[in-house]
Amino acid sequence: MATLTTQLPQRRRRRVWTESRVGLTMLIPGIGLIVIFMLIPFFYSIWLSLHVEIVGSNIPIRSVGLLFYRHLFSDPIFRGVFLKSLENNGIFALVVVPIQTGLAMFLAILVNRQGAFVKFCRTTFFLPVVFPMVLTSLIWKAILAPGPAGMLNAVLRIITFGHFSPQYWLGNVHLALPSIILLSVWQGTGFQMVIFLAGLQGIPPSHYEAALIDGANRWQLFRDVTLPGLRNTTIFVVMVTTIFSLQLFDQVYLLTQGGPLNATSSVMYLAVSQAYVANNVGQGAAISVVLCFIILLLSLIQRQVLRERVD
Amino acid sequence: MSEIILRDVSKTYDNGYQAIHQIDLTVREGEFMVVVGPSGCGKSTLLRMVAGLETVSDGEISIGGEVVNDFTPGERDLAMVFQNYALYPHMTVEKNIAYSLRLRKLSGQEIQRRVTEAAEILSLTDYLKQRPGRLSGGQRQRVAMGRAIVREPKAFLMDEPLSNLDAKLRVQMRSEILQIQRRVGVATLYVTHDQVEAMTMGDRVTVLRAGVLQQVDTAQTLYDRPHNVFVASFVGSPSMNLLYATLNGDGTRLQVGSQSLAVSAETFVRRPTLRAYVGREVIVGIRPEDLTLEGAGETLVGRIGHIEALGSELIVHFGLDARNYVVEDKGGSAEEVEELLEETALTQHVRNVARVAPRSSVTTGDAVPFHVSMERAHFFDLSTGESIW
Repeated sequence: MATLTTQLPQRRRRRVWTESRVGLTMLIPGIGLIVIFMLIPFFYSIWLSLHVEIVGSNIPIRSVGLLFYRHLFSDPIFRGVFLKSLENNGIFALVVVPIQTGLAMFLAILVNRQGAFVKFCRTTFFLPVVFPMVLTSLIWKAILAPGPAGMLNAVLRIITFGHFSPQYWLGNVHLALPSIILLSVWQGTGFQMVIFLAGLQGIPPSHYEAALIDGANRWQLFRDVTLPGLRNTTIFVVMVTTIFSLQLFDQVYLLTQGGPLNATSSVMYLAVSQAYVANNVGQGAAISVVLCFIILLLSLIQRQVLRERVD
Repeated sequence: MSEIILRDVSKTYDNGYQAIHQIDLTVREGEFMVVVGPSGCGKSTLLRMVAGLETVSDGEISIGGEVVNDFTPGERDLAMVFQNYALYPHMTVEKNIAYSLRLRKLSGQEIQRRVTEAAEILSLTDYLKQRPGRLSGGQRQRVAMGRAIVREPKAFLMDEPLSNLDAKLRVQMRSEILQIQRRVGVATLYVTHDQVEAMTMGDRVTVLRAGVLQQVDTAQTLYDRPHNVFVASFVGSPSMNLLYATLNGDGTRLQVGSQSLAVSAETFVRRPTLRAYVGREVIVGIRPEDLTLEGAGETLVGRIGHIEALGSELIVHFGLDARNYVVEDKGGSAEEVEELLEETALTQHVRNVARVAPRSSVTTGDAVPFHVSMERAHFFDLSTGESIW
């Protein structure tokens, strides 16, 4: 009896150790990927942002402290571009996040039913997500082409019976950013729609039935059952869309190169063009580090604001 | 307060499946009517048709003298309690209970009064500001009840409201629901698959099988005078022993397997129709409590398979060499059930049950004579399954 009682905890301890070893082993691939592709590059870019390196020369790497960060806020020329890019990102996010979230929710509710036509719509709405951004951008480049031959110009001309004068969508300071916003929403909504669809399917049908019996009309069903039921989904979608908005790059790079007059430049685009076009790796790294902290900060704020009522 | 009347109600789905077959049913004012049947028998469909959550394919449903076939669920002025309670997770208990009243645009004062009253009846006063997520199963059940009673509706509909609770709480909530229903005095249609729940709660019980109404009666009548072999086997726990048997040529003995039981002349007086079955095969039904170890009279010798000691009584499972009659359920045909049972060697010959006094000296494997109370035996027609009276 005495030996039994002393053996038991020991055996249990050994089992716990075996289990945690198995668990740790299984974690290695995941953690490995995060370390190699996220943590190392992140700390490397912090290091890069504190040093000058002339790529392709044998001039020794030299520490410059916070020079590149000071540049962002004090260099008379550079400061303007950086702030303009920040502003563009801000406008982009402020417009895209609500429109895309609202539109995605609307479409999800619309296609959350059975039927062949609904299935067709669902696929169609999701299709842009499958296309690579390069392809999407090329298509939109054709759509937004300047002159009367541009698709959008031509269509607008037809439906206004010739009253519409052709616009240079991507070359006009006032139209370039809205054009980028338009194509981004078109491309991104399908993805959020699928997330909302999953959220909708998580609402028990009996909640709707209970509300129906309580005498709720369509609008009240939406307000009191659907919307609260999609609360957590919405929080997720808003956060993810915000992060995507702040990382705006592909569309800008492919369509406008930040122009005209920096009207479409984004922080991400600025970082990349500094590092690879201007051959100013340290400056690019500094910008991406700043962007990283901005995203982190915004996510934390959103979490705080939106968390309070989650049970 | 009003009654619910179903006239010739049917439900056929788009795929042609008929879930409900021409049901006539009246739930009287203030009556607690339980609809019971095996899963898939259409009882929930029936309830949802009354609620307006399913369309009525044929027939007429009226509530309080008004035909409601074309009314939306909201217009029917009913309250429904769901199996999963269907409480609004983002609303506090108070708001859950008050929701229908707010939709009806009642004055804040009136809402407050009704919610407070309901909370007192259901002892929820301390939980009014909490969300359903923080409540126990029993408390959620009470909130669902509260949501139903503040409405002061024409009728209550309840769809298996107790099946998500543990056994002990279920017994407690059973009497709570009954008390509340008596207090409010509203016609109630209560659906369950649990025949114990049905028997203990219903003023009357409706037995449903494959969308066809079998019998509507008080619990005692269902138990004592079942219309057919399905009701006989469904009502009562453990269920009635059903055996193939033959009345001999002069009607004095009933052959059950290799054994036989004397049939008194009195039996034919009580069941005049039985006379027509002399010399024919019938189904004989014997309730487990009508088989005893002590006593006088006719016996059937059975071999004991296993014994469940419940403290207050022993449930003795025993085998006979007579063939058991298997009631076809919705789950499959009689043959399928038969096959399934025959796969398990243990159950093959141990399909009969007796309830005997506790501490009786019985041992597994013994061949024991069981005294049969023949005056309480049931007889059923082999082809129709109808009771022979």
